Formats: sequence, C-alpha cells, structure tokens
Amino acid sequence: MRLDLMTPAADLMTDDGYNRAFSLHGIVMVWFFLIPSIPNTFGNFLIPLMIGARDLAFPRLNLASWYIYLAGGLVTLMVVVLGGVDTGWTFYTPFSSAFANGYVVAAMSAVFVSGISSILTGLNFIVTVHKLRAPGMTWGRLPLFVWSHYATALILVLATPVLAITLVLVALERLFGIGIFDPRLGGDPLLFQNLFWFYSHPAVYIMVLPALGVVSELITSAAHKRVFGYWFIAYSSIAIAVIGFLVWGHHMFVAGQSLYASAIFSFLSIAVAVPSGIKVYNWTVTLYKGDISLDAPFLFAMGFIGLFVIGGLTGLMVAMLAIDVHVHDTYFVVAHFHYIMVGGTVSAFFGALHYWWPKITGRLYNDIWARVAALFVFGGFNLTFFPQFLLGYEGMPRRYHVYAPEFQALHVLSSAGASLLALGYLLPAFYLFRSLRYGKPAGPNPWGATGLEWTTPSPPPQHNFDEPPIVDSGPYAYPLQETKDGA
Amino acid sequence: MAHEEETATTENRLHGPFHDTARQHEADRLGMLVFLASEVMLFGGLLGGALAIRLLHPVDYGRAAAQLHLWLGGLNTAILLTSSLLVALAVEAVRSGQARLAAWQLRGAMLLGIAFLAVKGLEYTLEYRDGLVPGLAGAHLESLVHALFMNLYFAATGLHALHVIGGLALLGFAAASRLAQADRNAVVVGNIALYWHLVDVVWIFLYPTLYLARPS
Repeated sequence: MRLDLMTPAADLMTDDGYNRAFSLHGIVMVWFFLIPSIPNTFGNFLIPLMIGARDLAFPRLNLASWYIYLAGGLVTLMVVVLGGVDTGWTFYTPFSSAFANGYVVAAMSAVFVSGISSILTGLNFIVTVHKLRAPGMTWGRLPLFVWSHYATALILVLATPVLAITLVLVALERLFGIGIFDPRLGGDPLLFQNLFWFYSHPAVYIMVLPALGVVSELITSAAHKRVFGYWFIAYSSIAIAVIGFLVWGHHMFVAGQSLYASAIFSFLSIAVAVPSGIKVYNWTVTLYKGDISLDAPFLFAMGFIGLFVIGGLTGLMVAMLAIDVHVHDTYFVVAHFHYIMVGGTVSAFFGALHYWWPKITGRLYNDIWARVAALFVFGGFNLTFFPQFLLGYEGMPRRYHVYAPEFQALHVLSSAGASLLALGYLLPAFYLFRSLRYGKPAGPNPWGATGLEWTTPSPPPQHNFDEPPIVDSGPYAYPLQETKDGA
Repeated sequence: MAHEEETATTENRLHGPFHDTARQHEADRLGMLVFLASEVMLFGGLLGGALAIRLLHPVDYGRAAAQLHLWLGGLNTAILLTSSLLVALAVEAVRSGQARLAAWQLRGAMLLGIAFLAVKGLEYTLEYRDGLVPGLAGAHLESLVHALFMNLYFAATGLHALHVIGGLALLGFAAASRLAQADRNAVVVGNIALYWHLVDVVWIFLYPTLYLARPS
C-alpha cells in the first residue's frame, strides 16, 4: 500500500484492488492482531503467574478460545484467497449490506467468531482475578498489569456482544434483505454507526489498556523504584474502561447527529484524556530519580510513552468538535489512530516480549540488537505517521490512492518510514530465535524485578508454582533487598 | 472447607487450577454470571435499536406494535415464567437431596419451553397469514417503519428462540444427568437454571418493548 502511495497516480493497484488491500489490512490488524495480541499471549501466561495461581480459572475454555480464534483466522484467510472485501474494517452500512463487493458475510463471520474468542478470554480473566488470587494477594497488591487486564476483560465481555449483534443484523440484511440499516428498506444507517462504535471505541481501549499495563511494569522495573501513585494507575485503568463506553458518538460528528449530542460526546471524549494523562504523569514521576537501566524493554516503554502522548494529544484535537469537522476522514485521523493503536500497542507488545522473553523461554537475547530494534521501531514509526498528520491537516482524504501531486513529498517520506519500521519489526525475529539456541540461561530474575512471576524458575514449571505462594507485601517493593541474580 | 468431603460426583471433583471445591464452585458461578452479562449486552443492542426506532417514529411504532398478537405473547410470558419457577424449584430440590423430584421439575420446565416455542411458531404463522413478514410476496405493511419494526421483531424473537432451544438442550442435559442431580451444591443444575432465567428475563424485556408499546 505504501509503495502504491509513493506516486500520486495508481500504478501498482487498481482502485478496487486498493480498496480490498486496505480493508484486509484493517480487518486483519484490528481484529486479529491488535485486539488479541497482548491479552491472549502475555495475559494468558502472566495473569496466573502474577497472582500466584496455577492456571486460569477455566483452562479448557481457554483452549477452546484459542481454537475459536484459529477458526476465525482461517475464515479470514479464506476471504483473502477468494478475493477479499472492499468495505474497510468497519463494514459501514448501507455500503456493506447492499453495495460492497466480495465476501462480506464471510469476513464478518470471521470477526464474529473471533469475538466469541474474546468474550471467553475476558470471562476467564475476570473469574481468575476474582477467585484464584494466592493467599495474601489482596486487590491492593495486584500488579498493575493485572489491573489493566481486568479492565480490558470488562470491556471484552460487555462490548463484544453488541458488535456481534450488529454484525448479525448486517448479515441478515445482506442475505435476506431485511431492513435494519438500509434506508431503502426503512432502516437507519446511523443506527449501525451507533451500535458499531459502541463496541469499537471501547475496543480501542481493549488494544491500549493491556499496553498501559505492560508499560507500568516495564517502567517501575527499569527505574528499580516503587511505582508512583499505584491506586491512581489502577483506578485510571477502570476509569478508561468506563468512560470508553460513553464516547462512541465522536465518530459521528459529521454523520448527522444533533449538535447537542456532538457537544456532549466531545466533552466525554476529552474526559478520557484525564486518566490517560494520570498514567503518563505517574510513570514520569516513577522514573524521576530512579536507578534506570537502559535495557531494551525500557527503550520500548519510552517509545510507547512518546507515541502515546502524540497520539493522545492529537486525540484531544479530534475530540474537539471544530477541529474534527476540519480533519474528518483525512490522513490526520489515520495518523492519530495509528499512533494510539499501532504505535502504542506494538511498542508495548515488543516491550513485553523483550521483558518477559527470558521468563518464557529461559534464555537471554542479544541486548545490543534489541536496543537497535527499539530505535528502529520508534524512528520508523514517527517517520511513517508524522507526515500523515501534515497530509491530513492539508486535506488529504483517507482511503484514496490517487491524490493531488502536492502531497507526494510527504507520502514518499511516509513510505520510507514504513520500510524502516518493517526493519524494526523484522530484527527481533532474528535475534530472538537465535537466543532460543545460543542464548545464555536467564535465571529466575534477570531484571532484578519484583513480582511473583520472577520468583519461579524460567521457564516456569507446568503448574507455575510448586507450592502456592503466600503474599505478604504489595507489588513493587523496591529497592529489592537481594542481589540481582542471573544477569 | 465444608464441602470437601463430598467428592463422590464428577461435579465436585477438583479440576484445573483450584485448591478447594468451594472456591471452584464460586468461580463456576461467577463465570456463568459474566457470560450472562455478555448475553444481556447481545440483546441490549437489539433493545437499543428498538428504542431508537420508537423515539424517532413514536406513532408508527405504536401502530406496528398493535398488529402483534398481544394475548399469544402474554400467554408465552406466563408459560416462560412458570417454567422458570419450576427450574428454581428444581435447584432447591437438588440442594435438599430430592434428585427424583428435581428431574421431574426439570422435565416439566422443558415441556413448558417446548410449549413456548409452539406458541411462537403459531404466532409466526399468523403473522405470515396477515402479511406481516417483510420482503415476502403478499406482504402488506403500512409504512417503512412498520417494515423496520417487523424486521426487528423477527430478529429479536428469532434470536430469543435460538436461546430457548439452547436452554432446552441444557435443561435436557440437567434432567438426564443423575450426577448433576445428586450434587448437593447444585453447581451444574444451578448454572443451567441461571441460563434459563436469563432466557426468561430477556423475554420479560422483549414483551413490553414489542407487544405492549401500542397506543392504549
């Protein structure tokens, strides 16, 4: 896609081909990577470890959710092979129900199925956190990673079904011509947007809340300092989850809802910035006068904060009614959500991968290369998406691949950034896989961090703990008394 | 814990990550409740849609609602509530060790569930005869809002009927399983009962939203 966008003309792809390409990019990335990435990999592994449990509450349900996710992925793959869809990842009606080409129903079923997997994961997390905490692991002693996953699970369980029913209605409309959203059949396309964004805006927090949890862990561990404002960070996760349900209307400022509704949604959307800001300030204070080690996980965490702040501040801009009307459906919005969703989630995902890799595999990787990768991801990301803010502000609309010549310079910059970013994504694959074979044994606690997960051997035994741990203090009891072992 | 000696049945056996059965039962119950919360949100989308249509077109909505068979819907409400009562009694019977009684109560609840579906089928037939099914030849609907209302009606009651069928399967399992009825903690029967109550509660919301929203 970025190659095609290097020039103002359509030279690589046809119009339809481009539409299918960006739809698939969105569907796969949003539904099959960003939403499940951190909870399903790190959450599943770490939540039981962090609260001193042997496993999640319903291990078989967990396995089922993996197979369900796999089934959804296979259907998506089938859609790709058969020729794809051109609806965009949002499946807006009435386009998706009446006009779109391709395998819309199949793609939506894939999303629907992956949604079931999300609900089961969320359910499992909630029950696990409530019922499987080790003796002494009070709510006030839960690691912040667990808090953020708890908040995420609430959204997963309460928002995903609304998306499911919406997709079912679109499918019914497409297959049987029943009118819910299509105005020709008496339906209301705005209703779709209301229902869809009621899920999908909280879904952004599904992507970003686990990332926030990861960063809280990385920051306090890198600073070797007690995290500042534990309860503020914990409750701000819950606050983001709750307010996240109330802001969907900001996707419809120019879709024809009343001005009063828009003003209220604008206010609520700005309000989300408060708990987000609380987190950033608390991380900063945690780092202040910390004994900071500049390891790769820390660099990824700092990259996250940088991207999250840019994404968040531009989020404030698009939450303002007047600015949004100007930049609506331009690259400004594209850049904004990539900063939050991709920059945020992927940086944190890599940070988590590097931080817990020794725990998961028992091996250490090459630290120099990991730091280089962190710089590539941060630099490449900014080079890719910052020009898009400028493009959008100057009026480049999203979803177009043929554009006015004056936008070319910025598009070339953006494409160059994308290749740097790709390099940053590929590098870890090499040195991480290499570490499996040649890496030094990590020992139980290579970072000198606190937390139950670092008290087990790396990798942990099958049931995590040989005997149930007893917790007698809060998390983050830095400075750590013992000497660092392992590293 | 008090229940630990009761490990005779599979339902009581410790599984997975748990250290004691009481905690495991609490987790099973909480898991079911969280799942039901997500089911509530599933129907919440439909009820939200109905609310939106009613706010936008109050007069046409009321007129469309008046075409439904109020008394058949009312009969179904009574049937479903009664079967929910039977299921609740079955849970109490399991708790007090009357497995045979519980099995009969569960079977009774199933019969009522089947009766519900039969009445629903009769209603659909009548609506088909009245030309109230949008998109079919011979449909005569007064307005687009009327068509929209009927679409929503079929989507919502159809989805609810699917849940009734799923609930019947669960009830059938509970009625057939001796082990589930012998479990004094009523873990399986209790959770299946919760599901059946949800099916009931959803109907309790659908009935006024669809049937009773007529002009008096």
